[in-house]
This record gives sequence, structure tokens and C-alpha cells, in this order.
Amino acid sequence: MEHIVIIGNGISGVTLARHIRKLSDKKITIVSAETDYFFSRTALMYVYMGHMKFEHTQPYEDWFWRKNRIELVRGYVHHIDTDNKVLKINERDFLSYDKLVIATGSKPNKFGWPGQDLLGVQGLYSKQDLDALEKNAPNNDVCKRAVIVGGGLIGIELAEMLNSRHIPVTFLVRESSFWNGVLPQGESAMINRHIKNHHIDLRLSTNLKEIKSDDNGRVKSIIIEETGEEISCDVVGLTAGVSPNIDFIKSSNIETGRGVKVNRYLETNIPDVYAIGDCAEQHEAIENRRPIEAVWYTGRMMGETLAQTICGNRIQYKPGHWFNSAKFLDIEYQTYGWVFSEKSKQDHEQHFHWKHEDDTKCITVAYHKDTNEFLGINTFGIRMRHETFDTWLTEHRDIDYVMNHLIEANFDPEFYKHFEKDILSAYNNQLQTA
Amino acid sequence: MSLAKPDAQDLSKKQKLAVGMGVIGLFILVLALFNLDLPNTSIFLTVSLLLISVGTILFANDAYLTKLKGIKNDGVWFKSISSRGSLGWITGIVLTSFYVVLYFYEGLLGAGVDGAANTGLIGLFDPLSQLLSGRPASQWFVYGTLYTIAILAFGYKFILKYRHNRYEQIRTISVMFFQLAFAFLIPEFMYVMNSDLPYYDLKNVWPLNYYNFEQYRINSFINGGTIGMVMLIFGIVSIFVITPILTFKFGKRWYCSWVCGCGGLAETAGDSFRHLSDKSQSAWKIERWVIHSVLVFVVLMTTAVIYTYLGYDPDKYWLTRDVFLFSVAGFLTLIFALVMIFKRNELGKDARYGAIGYFAIIIALIAIHLFSSKTKLFIFEAETLRTSYGFLIGAIFSGVIGTGFYPIFGNRVWCRFGCPMAAILGFQQRMFSRFRITTNGGQCISCGNCSTYCEMGIDVRAYAQKGENIVRSSCVGCGICSAVCPRGVLKLENDSMKGRINPTEVLLGNDVDLMDLVNQK
Ligand SMILES: Cc1cc2nc3c(=O)[nH]c(=O)nc-3n(C[C@H](O)[C@H](O)[C@H](O)COP(=O)(O)OP(=O)(O)OC[C@H]3O[C@@H](n4cnc5c(N)ncnc54)[C@H](O)[C@@H]3O)c2cc1C
Ligand code: SF4
Ligand code: SF4
Repeated sequence: MEHIVIIGNGISGVTLARHIRKLSDKKITIVSAETDYFFSRTALMYVYMGHMKFEHTQPYEDWFWRKNRIELVRGYVHHIDTDNKVLKINERDFLSYDKLVIATGSKPNKFGWPGQDLLGVQGLYSKQDLDALEKNAPNNDVCKRAVIVGGGLIGIELAEMLNSRHIPVTFLVRESSFWNGVLPQGESAMINRHIKNHHIDLRLSTNLKEIKSDDNGRVKSIIIEETGEEISCDVVGLTAGVSPNIDFIKSSNIETGRGVKVNRYLETNIPDVYAIGDCAEQHEAIENRRPIEAVWYTGRMMGETLAQTICGNRIQYKPGHWFNSAKFLDIEYQTYGWVFSEKSKQDHEQHFHWKHEDDTKCITVAYHKDTNEFLGINTFGIRMRHETFDTWLTEHRDIDYVMNHLIEANFDPEFYKHFEKDILSAYNNQLQTA
Repeated sequence: MSLAKPDAQDLSKKQKLAVGMGVIGLFILVLALFNLDLPNTSIFLTVSLLLISVGTILFANDAYLTKLKGIKNDGVWFKSISSRGSLGWITGIVLTSFYVVLYFYEGLLGAGVDGAANTGLIGLFDPLSQLLSGRPASQWFVYGTLYTIAILAFGYKFILKYRHNRYEQIRTISVMFFQLAFAFLIPEFMYVMNSDLPYYDLKNVWPLNYYNFEQYRINSFINGGTIGMVMLIFGIVSIFVITPILTFKFGKRWYCSWVCGCGGLAETAGDSFRHLSDKSQSAWKIERWVIHSVLVFVVLMTTAVIYTYLGYDPDKYWLTRDVFLFSVAGFLTLIFALVMIFKRNELGKDARYGAIGYFAIIIALIAIHLFSSKTKLFIFEAETLRTSYGFLIGAIFSGVIGTGFYPIFGNRVWCRFGCPMAAILGFQQRMFSRFRITTNGGQCISCGNCSTYCEMGIDVRAYAQKGENIVRSSCVGCGICSAVCPRGVLKLENDSMKGRINPTEVLLGNDVDLMDLVNQK
């Protein structure tokens, strides 16, 4: 029986294993160093905030794995010997494979800041990071202030987490407005205000210079690059993005760049070795996507795709229209298709922006300025239907059509106030004046 | 038992003050319970009830109005009361003891025996009862009053907690209204109008009020003139016409989380415990066996009770025993046949259980027909059946376990495992209703908030992460899964029956050909 070994029990590795089991009888082993069972990384914040216990983040009950004959090995893979098709686990054990899948995810970025390895300085990625935070910042007696470095999706989650325990937070963001490399200005500005409304000390256009230590090697304060200001703190959260977790692969023959290099079939340069999820890097980006896609659902889709290939139906990874979602404190965000920020958009991309006066809801619709084709939408505080936008994007609808049919895409709970009329009249006004 | 963890979850000063007020209010009730002679009962009663309500209101104001709108679940699993900590256990034990006394030792509450005046706790409530209906209070009046206050005060708290969510607000106003008007005030006023009528909470439908068709009630309906007959007919129409239509249009939520009193208490006073329900697959298995057994039990029990009294007095009722028995059997057979013919596929493995239940009832009906004498149903007295149902299900299950154990098993234990009404509505919801929870394409990140906060123990995530709609008989449509989802994945809606159940993994975002392959079994 063919033995498939998967390194990493995250969403990509586990989805792959489940689908191989659906399609075949192959022997499946998942090796992972982090936890015994698959859990949802995206839910780590809710454990610290007391919304859930850690066990609630595990989508499958413990019996699931045995029932589906998926073997789980807890251990760290130090080396891959592709010539003999053997893994070295925990320095002493060996595991041989017929096909190997690397699904090792990411690790937090560290940019060589002085003091970045002090006690109390940490990222937020793994279960171990969660445990560390519980120790470093159990309450506002032990942690009188925390500083977060890096204004992305994980940074704002960490800010929300600490805030839930009434720990004062200073949030250093390199950009001039929160996440404005991705979000258009109007949205980004609204989120700035929302962060401040939660009494988080948001510092824009601010870089970290160094982290200072006390006598015991614990963080004592940080220094700001621009002003030289010193801020005392007990915890520093480093959330300046993530990069593929592939250091242990460097000693093998597998080709790596920033991530493990793969083709559209998710195959590496070595036969029978594949890579999926956060750690995989496409030779060439697919359409507007990035070569490394570190999001939940792409990991899942790569797992689904590769299961087909491994079970004898070799197919390409072909993601459909882009979508994603996040939550900024109390404001939900969804995106369908492509809406670029002013920083990164091309000339043909034009935006229509509408914001509700309560400053917690807004949308931005991107369209092609010559053809009027609808390119994508960002929506804040209003839920919208994935299926509807997916259909409209496939049908190449124009912006007029989308604005006039927006109500069909509404996904808010029943009895919620609707804003489609306001949006449409704002749209019509804007077009007339333009 | 977990001890409260982070200190930061402590109550604020105002919240402590509010809790203090509520405790003093309760303490007055306790004093009355121990028969301390309170001088002016009306004043003490008013003060006590006011303190309890105002305490809850002030607490809610401070807890929610001082913060921005949004999900307010911070620290739920750290607080002793809501994470099965010592406070949770103590509350559970106190509530449970209260129910035991209420159902079995009402003397302890001060009920006057043989016309004697009430004393103690019940005596304290006499002035209010006199005011409403001109008669002394009973233990049920005390219970009803406290129950109503709990729904109103905690309903207010719930509305503030979800002040960004109009579905939750409107639904809560609805349960508050139905409790106050239908369960509490209208029955009292009806008594004033016509004291021959039995207590009738019009929103309570058989089999929830399993006693509705007992002889003493039927007799008083019949003797109660036009109103009585209207009430009797309404009782029957509710079961066979109103309920099925509303459930078809809106799902069982129209009842379970908009109207029902048990649901009302669970959604308001029980809200802090909704995450304690058991989500394991084994709990789901137990749930299905237990709730359907209760259903079989109540159908047989009611049939048997009606069957026996039809026999006592054949001249009084135009319906004869055998006609009655055959119509029950005929009706069940019709439903069974229709479901098996049209809905077989949707039932899947559950078809077997349905068949077992159906045949159990039919065999029992035949046995009743063949082996019963005038008063006995083969070996039991029908009355024994009824009292054991009343004891086991009505008192122990719905009261003692159902509410007393809120802080241990979650707030919907009764609704999930025991309520025969929920079983019937759920069956219809699963088979024949426009209601479903739609999943938003591929947006689910498997975080688990929805499953954690589902009071019915439904593993919502298991469906959402596959892009599958949720069509589950137990879903009461509380809407909390949708509210707590951080990615906007879930929407409760009524739409056409077509495409309601989509058991294939239709996750969007993937290339279409791949989806075809993934969906191949
Ligand atoms: C706090 C947080 C919030 C997020 N929120 C969102 C969100 O809302 N939406 C979204 O789309 N994405 C979100 N993401 C990103 C998303 O979680 C990741 O894209 C996804 O988990 C990646 O899955 P994966 O299977 O590729 O890898 P991982 O989930 O990282 O799994 C890899 C596993 O492999 C193990 N491993 C690594 N190296 C070895 C080795 N040598 N030997 C043994 N085991 C090894 C790791 O310990 C890990 O357990 C979030 C991420 C974080 C950290
Ligand atoms: S599935 Fe959702 S709506 Fe239904 S009972 Fe559970 S939480 Fe409530
Ligand atoms: S709460 Fe939402 S995102 Fe989280 S598992 Fe449920 S449906 Fe998915």
C-alpha cells in the first residue's frame, strides 16, 4: 500500500488527508510538531479572550482520525532525505514515505530588531505562542502595557485580544494609515478611527527601533525610530507578517525560494514531493494572486486539488475568483474580486466608495474605467453573499448592474436595516457630478 | 471545576452594586420562605421584585452600554458562573432544590391547606394575586410571577447585549410579550371573566401542555360555554393547522425562540449558559433516542387518557373509543406513508428510527384496542400513565433538570432532549419547511464560534466548513450562530424548498471542474 506522509497538521495537510481518504485506501500519516490534533489557527484569539476553550478550536473529535485511518505522529521533522525517501523526526526516529507532502505553514517575521529575542517578546502564530501570551499577559497587573509591532490582520487581532483583558495597548503601524497597502483610503481611515474608539493607542507612520531589556533579560521598554520616545511595556507582540516555515528543508535537495517552489500541480522539483498551503510558493503568481498565499481557504483548496493528483487524477491548482474576510474589532470585512488600495492599483481601476454616517459600515466597489466592468467589492459592516458576487464576476457584469442589484447580494441577518437605496443614490449622484 | 482565571474579568463597582440589589431582593423572598412574619406583604413584595428587576437592569446597562456595539463574549469561559465553576454549581444546586420544592413540597413554600390562608413565600404573593384575579396565590402563581420577571429583566439584558442585532432584539421582545400577556396576564383575566375555565396559556400547544385533553379540562371547556368551546377548538386547530403552516413558512423557530415560555426563559435568563451544551456526536445520538421516546410516550399517553374517559361516559361525547383509536392510527399511518413516499431520500439513515417509532405506536394502539377493559389499559390504569408522564417528563425533566441544570448542561437541555413539541416541530422542519441556515460559500475559517454558542449542541461548523446549508430538526433558530460568526458565514432564512439541502461539498472559490470531482462520492 502506498504510504503518503504529510508534514504539518494545519488546514492544508488535514484537508489533503481527508480527501485522499475519501478517494482511496492509501496509508496516510501526518507528522506535526505543534499539537496532537488539528485545530483552527484562526480561532486562537478567541481562546485567549475567553470566548472558547482550546478544545472548541478542534473541528474534529478525537475519534475521527482513527476511524478514518489517518495516523498522527507528534514530532518535529529535522531533515528530509529525498534519495532514500526517508524523514528524520526528533533526531532519532526515521519514517519512510512513498509520497511526501510539505504543509508546514508559516512563522512570524522578525526583521532583526535589537532585542527581538528577549523574554516577553513574541509572535502570534502557534499554540505555543498562545500559551506564551497566557503567561506573559494574563492580566493588567502582570502586563501593564503591551506594544504591538506591525499593522496587519494578526496585529489587530492581538490588539483586540489584549484589550479584552483591559491591558493597555500601543499599536505601532509603519504605514500612514492602517493596512493601507491593501485597503483603499476611506476604509483604512474608518478602521483607524474604530481602533482608537476602542482606546487602543494607535501610532501611524511609526517604526520600532529597538526593544530594551531589564536585568533579567525581559523586555522593559521599546524605542520608537522616528521620535526616540521610550515606551515601557511588559510584552511586545511582533506581527509584521509571516513567511514560510521551511528552514529545515534547506538541507535537502528540494528547491526553495521564500517558500517551497511548486508548479501549478503543486509538485516540487523532486518527484513524489509536493508542497501546499502557506509554505508553497508558485513559480509564477496566478493572475492577481501572490506567489505565496497565506490564507485559510487557499490552503484548503490546495489540499483538495492535490488529493486528486495523488490519487491518480493529475490536475492543476486553479483558484477561482479571489475572496477573503476578516474582522477588525467589531467591524466585519469581506472582499470579493479585486479591490486594490491607492498604493497598488493600476490606472484603469476606478472606485466608488460609500460610507454610512455611523462610521462602522462602508463599501468600495472597483470597476474598469473604460469598460465599466465590475472588478470587485470590499464591504465593511454589511455581510454579502459569496455566491452572488462569484456569479457576477464570472458573467463580467458591469458596475451599473451590480449597483442596481446589490440587494440580491445582501447576507445580513433578517430584520437588519438595508442600505442599498442609500448606496444607489450616492452612486447615481457621484456619476452625475463626475 | 475551573477557578476564574484572569483578574481583569472582575465586576465593576456599579455591577457589584447591581448584584447586591438583586441579592437583597432575593433575600426578602428567602426571609418569607422561612416564614418570617413580614409586616406589610404588599410593600415587601413590591420592594423585592423591584430590587431584582432594577438590579438586573443596572447590571446590564453597565455591562453593555459602556462599550461599543458588538459581540460580548469576552471572558465567558473564565467566569465562574458561566464555566461550570463553583458559582455555576451553587446556582445549579439552588435552582434544582427550588424546583424540587415547587413540584413536590409546596407546603414548604407556605401553601395554605384546606382553605387555610397562605403563609410564607406564597403568602407574600397573595396581594399581587388578589389584585389580578381576586384569589389567593398558589405556588404556581409565585412561580409564574418569578418566571415572568426573569424573562422580562433578562430579556432586557439580552436586548442590550445584542443591540447591534435586530433579529435578536425583535425575537426577544416577542418572547417577553408572549410570556407577559399570554402566560401570565390573560389566564388571570380569563379567570376573572369565567372562573369555570381551566388555566389556559393559549400559546401552549399540545404536546407541550400534555394535560390539555384530560377529562377535567375537556369537561370544563364544554361546560364553559362559547368561550370554552372556542378554547377547545383553538387547542385542536393549533396542533393540526396553525403549527404546521407557521413551521412550514418559518421553521420551528416561530415557536421555540419567538413564542414559547420554556424557550423564552432559556433565551433570556439562560443566555449566559448557552455554550455549555454538549456538541459531541454521541450527545446527538442520545438526543435523538431520548426526545423521540418522549414523543412516542406522550402520543400514547394522551391517546390512552382520552380513550379511557371516552369509555366512562359514552353518551356525553359523540366520539366513540374505537373511532378515536382508528383515527389516531389512520392519521399516523397517513403521515408515515407520505414521508416514506416523498421524503425517503432526505431521511437517509433516520428512516429506520422513524419506522421503529411508528410501529411501536401502532402496536401499542392495537394492544389498547384488544386488551383494555373499561378502566384499564391492559395492565395499567391510564391515569397511572398520565401521572408518571407528569412526574417524569413534566416535573423532573422540564423543571428540575431542564432549568435547574442550566449552569451545568446549558440552557436548552429540556428543549433538546425532552420536549415532545420540539420533536414534532423539528420533524416538520427537517422534512417540510422553507427554513434553513444558508452558508456563505467558502468564507468559513472553521473557528468554531458557531458550534460553541449553539445552545442546541449542533456542530454548525461541521456544515459551514463544507459549504453545506444547515437543515437540522433541533435548530430553534435562535440566530446566535449567525451573530457570533466573525466572518459573516451564516444566515437564517426562509426560501424555497428547492436546493435547501445541499449535501455536496459546494465550496466556492475553487475551479468548477474540481468541485465536480470533489462532489463525486
Ligand atoms: C492568528 C492568526 C489568524 C489568522 N486568521 C486568518 C483568517 O481570518 N483568515 C484566513 O484566511 N487566514 C487566517 N490566518 C492564516 C491561516 O491560519 C493560515 O493561512 C493557515 O493556517 C495555513 O495553513 P497551513 O496548513 O498551510 O499551515 P499551518 O496551519 O501553519 O500548519 C503547519 C503545521 O506544520 C507544523 N510544522 C512546521 N514545520 C514542521 C516540521 N519541520 N516538523 C513537524 N511539523 C512542522 C507546524 O507546527 C504547524 O502545526 C490566520 C493566521 C493566524 C496566525
Ligand atoms: S444552529 Fe444556530 S440558530 Fe440553530 S439553534 Fe444552533 S445557534 Fe441557534
Ligand atoms: S463561526 Fe463562522 S467562520 Fe467560525 S466556524 Fe462557524 S461558520 Fe465558520
